[in-house]
Amino acid sequence: MNNRVDQQAGVTRTVKKLCLVLVGMVGFVFALVPIYDLFCEVTGLNGKTGGQYTYVESEMEPDLTREVRVNFITNTNQGMNWEFWPEKGAMKVNPGTIHTVNFFVRNPSSVPTVGRAIPSVAPGLAAGYFHKTECFCFEQQLLAPGEIMEMPLRFIVGPEIPGDIKEISLSYALFDVTDDSSDLIKEFNNRLNTAVAAY
Amino acid sequence: MSEVVHTGHHDDHDHGPEKGILRWLYTTNHKDIGTLYLWFSFLMLFIGGALALVIRTELFQPGLQFIEPAFFNQMTTNHGLIMVFGAIMPAFVGLANWLLPMQVGAPDMALPRMNNLSFWIMPFAFGMMISTFFMDGGGPNFGWTFYAPLSTAYGPPSTTYFIFAVHLMGASSIMGSINIIATILNMRAPGMTLMKMPLFVWTWLITAFLLIAVMPVLAGAVTMMLFDIHFGTSFFNAAGGGDPVMFQHIFWFFGHPEVYIMILPAFGVVSHIIPTFARKPLFGYTSMVYAIASIAILSFVVWAHHMFTVGMPLFGQAFFMGATMVIAIPTGVKVFNWIATMWRGSMTFETPMLFALAFVILFTMGGFSGLMLSIVPADYQYHDTYFVVAHFHYVLVPGALFSIIAAVYFWFPKWTGKMYDEALGKLHFWLSFIGVNVTFFPQHFVGLAGMPRRIPDYALQFADFNMLSSVGAFIFGFSQLFFLYVLIKGIRSGKPAEGLSWEGAKGLEWTLPSPAPYHSFTNPPKVS
Repeated sequence: MNNRVDQQAGVTRTVKKLCLVLVGMVGFVFALVPIYDLFCEVTGLNGKTGGQYTYVESEMEPDLTREVRVNFITNTNQGMNWEFWPEKGAMKVNPGTIHTVNFFVRNPSSVPTVGRAIPSVAPGLAAGYFHKTECFCFEQQLLAPGEIMEMPLRFIVGPEIPGDIKEISLSYALFDVTDDSSDLIKEFNNRLNTAVAAY
Repeated sequence: MSEVVHTGHHDDHDHGPEKGILRWLYTTNHKDIGTLYLWFSFLMLFIGGALALVIRTELFQPGLQFIEPAFFNQMTTNHGLIMVFGAIMPAFVGLANWLLPMQVGAPDMALPRMNNLSFWIMPFAFGMMISTFFMDGGGPNFGWTFYAPLSTAYGPPSTTYFIFAVHLMGASSIMGSINIIATILNMRAPGMTLMKMPLFVWTWLITAFLLIAVMPVLAGAVTMMLFDIHFGTSFFNAAGGGDPVMFQHIFWFFGHPEVYIMILPAFGVVSHIIPTFARKPLFGYTSMVYAIASIAILSFVVWAHHMFTVGMPLFGQAFFMGATMVIAIPTGVKVFNWIATMWRGSMTFETPMLFALAFVILFTMGGFSGLMLSIVPADYQYHDTYFVVAHFHYVLVPGALFSIIAAVYFWFPKWTGKMYDEALGKLHFWLSFIGVNVTFFPQHFVGLAGMPRRIPDYALQFADFNMLSSVGAFIFGFSQLFFLYVLIKGIRSGKPAEGLSWEGAKGLEWTLPSPAPYHSFTNPPKVS
């Protein structure tokens, strides 16, 4: 009988430990999200580009001995009806030199719409060497009906980029985030109303 | 928690089960709950099987004959979900409930009331999931892997029910696992050290740890889906800065250990049946235990081999390819040990042994096609084709399912006190064996030739093999109805079985009379 009591104490202990493991695993799952982001940022695994890059010309040694081809790809996603195109499909650049390329968006619909462009670089490992000094990515952008906008991208391909990467593709996916941007829409309508009233 | 534990035992000592339906609702007896789990998983096998036959009917000929593509998607999705979470997993939990306390010499599971709860959650979980078929927009249609954004941005409105059903299944599995670990670690008979435990107990101990580790991951994944769908978060939504590829990482971090959860207990079952009918002790017990443990540990570092084509750097692909191939070593140890156990044994070929032998051969074939899939450059060709379908059906049907059927035949006399009809059992085996191979073997060929999975139509050159596959599926499906008949006939009119039902059987459960008394080992046996 004593044996049984010991057993029950043991069971309680085991269950408590297992519950700790369980809580730990639940915490781990949600920690996975920031860990994944951090891991990708460090390694560039998923082709996510870094944030704003500060360009200091004197520190950058251009590598004029080789060229890297940069492709610009634009696409719209999840029912976004904007037109979206780059000024040119591709350009060849020397690593370490700064370049500008313009992207254009046009809202062909009859309602103000908010879009957001998400960049991605392939191959993923090139993302760490693709620096943007000026970029429209991740910003919420409102376009009035029929409005066209030019969006410049200034970038440098880092001279430390490995020699076997000869071609980089920069892709922008444009998402319709109107539903999540009621502030921008409200502000636009206010300005519109004021303008109409003034007229 | 401790209160639950105490009350579970004392009043159960002297009287038998309650009468009628209440016995099954209120029961805390491990044998009753094991029976419930087994019948439940059998029912799910037939439901999941019916969906599979709908799929095979549509694929009998090229072109769209019977069902709409949207409905076809629901069939593939729910077939997978029901078979994985409703048939295979609960069947193994049922076996664990029946066998673990008897095999370690314990009177019952450590937490009998939680045991009742973990079973009775299951019918609600699956009731909820199956009910989505009748809702607007239909049931889940995004594949059993429910990749985002297919399941978040594009899923049917019923996806929320699916999410809560998965939560319930996870809760049930986690409670079951806690119960199993607590039983194994604390309730063993005096003298039974860890390295004297029967292998089925070992495999379940390790499986239960895997379940506790990865079920929260699955629950986390579906919870993130829930937030993305209803609360405007962007875990998997690229527009909001999330990453759909992260879904695949999280899912397969659960998914790969999950496939071992479905096969490790099968290893345990086979490691009981082969020594019995070879009349020799298991060859290499210690290496078996270490092999299971290493397979379990490796299962956490190979997940990305399911997603080689997402665009991974070379070193990532090389790492996951290498880690995957390493798993072949402990698996090879196990197969070697089973064969060495049979070497020069006095073998007889009763039904459980036939299923166990088929397991060893066909599971190994499934393992080899898995090795082919682990080769990155080849995987780019095989990915999302019928070759993958053939691979995982070879490890899950003649692998996991055959081991469950073998276990049911093997312990049937212990559970019911009756013998099944050996001739009918053998007939069931041959029908299943032929059916399973006719169904899945041709799928290797159409897969290598490029037939994609989860699509209701196919190019004309795949027609012959698909027709063959469909014929096999119907043979296999109906032979499981025959299995049901064999079992019912055995229960109703089988010959009485002896306590030691098989000549070469070893283990504490065979020291009990057949059928095993409602309360067994109330005084722990001595293990030398």
